[in-house]
Amino acid sequence: MYDAIMIGSGPAGLSAALYTSRAGLSTLVIGKDRGALEKADRIENYFGMAEPVSGCELVENTKTQAKNLGVDLVEDEIFHISWNGHFILEGKNGTYEALTVLLATGTGRKTLKIKGLKELEGRGVSYCAVCDAFFYRGRDVAVLGNEDYAIHEMSQILPVVKSVVLLTDGKELKAEVPEGVRVIRKPLLSVDGTERVEGITFEDGSSIAAEGLFVALGSAGAMELARKAGAFTEGQNIKVNEKMETNIPGLYAAGDCIGGLLQISTAVGEGAQAAMSMIPFVRRQK
Amino acid sequence: MAPIEITEQNFEQEVLKSDIPVLVDFWASWCGPCRMQAPIVDEMAEEVSSVKFAKLDVDANGRLAQQYGVMNIPTLLVFRDGRVAGSAVGLQSKENLRKMLERV
Repeated sequence: MYDAIMIGSGPAGLSAALYTSRAGLSTLVIGKDRGALEKADRIENYFGMAEPVSGCELVENTKTQAKNLGVDLVEDEIFHISWNGHFILEGKNGTYEALTVLLATGTGRKTLKIKGLKELEGRGVSYCAVCDAFFYRGRDVAVLGNEDYAIHEMSQILPVVKSVVLLTDGKELKAEVPEGVRVIRKPLLSVDGTERVEGITFEDGSSIAAEGLFVALGSAGAMELARKAGAFTEGQNIKVNEKMETNIPGLYAAGDCIGGLLQISTAVGEGAQAAMSMIPFVRRQK
Repeated sequence: MAPIEITEQNFEQEVLKSDIPVLVDFWASWCGPCRMQAPIVDEMAEEVSSVKFAKLDVDANGRLAQQYGVMNIPTLLVFRDGRVAGSAVGLQSKENLRKMLERV
């Protein structure tokens, strides 16, 4: 078990890792990609830059710096966080455990504009398979998603429901679908039903019957992970205090996923602040 | 006062026949957000005396959850005079719960 796991290998996650590792905490950084910095060709407004650098270069340099300080780095995508005394992170390639976790996966800004989706939230539309699969025993349900995250959510649902159909909403399917699961690749028009979800209509006018819709589009971002763990969110941001603490003891968030300036400099500062909160928390546990 | 545990046996007496509004927190042990909701409901139960606070474990009382259309947890329902007068789905802050109780 690690003392600290940072989910996200951007400026916030790596900055926090530098501090926790130097303080003697066993630290793991789990990253999926370079996030928003992948697209930054020239960074000219960050401290200490005699010449502009690319986002990739900046991240790779910091990864080397972190490794040199004893930080472990792995590439993985985390689908779910549960906690009971310590945190258990379920990823595509493995399971990880830690005393403290920092959410620093940036921002996805995945606002879906499908008629009926918001209105039927809680009445058949769910964002947490592990929480709500139980209520769909013996029913026909749909999962909205196109990547491994959707398949992970489906694995929670498949054992209890009557049938599952995967809806990609017109997006490219980037995951292996379990045998027997039907895939519909057409874009969605609406989630139908008055009191409860009754079906889904597609843009081409066709429709299917479904009593539940589990939303898991794209990859699991910080918002999805936070919500499923039980952390408060506000709009598209995770709610933290000035110490970067969420409402769950031991769970922190920093960087773009908490809103604000969305700059490298602020993410680095927030990561450092999160580390300063994680360090005493871990020490109290030992 | 600490929230009371609701079962299929005491639901009618404690909730439907209650003289004061009852806030029922539908929860389950496997649900992370439910476990963050619990201390908030506990705190409110200590602070607000005009409302009865209750918890209903959906694992043990699936029929009641189904009867009231609970499909996500946590779900918080406020009962008044035997009827659902307010509802909220997903983790709710104390402030949200206060607002919901003011409306019923």
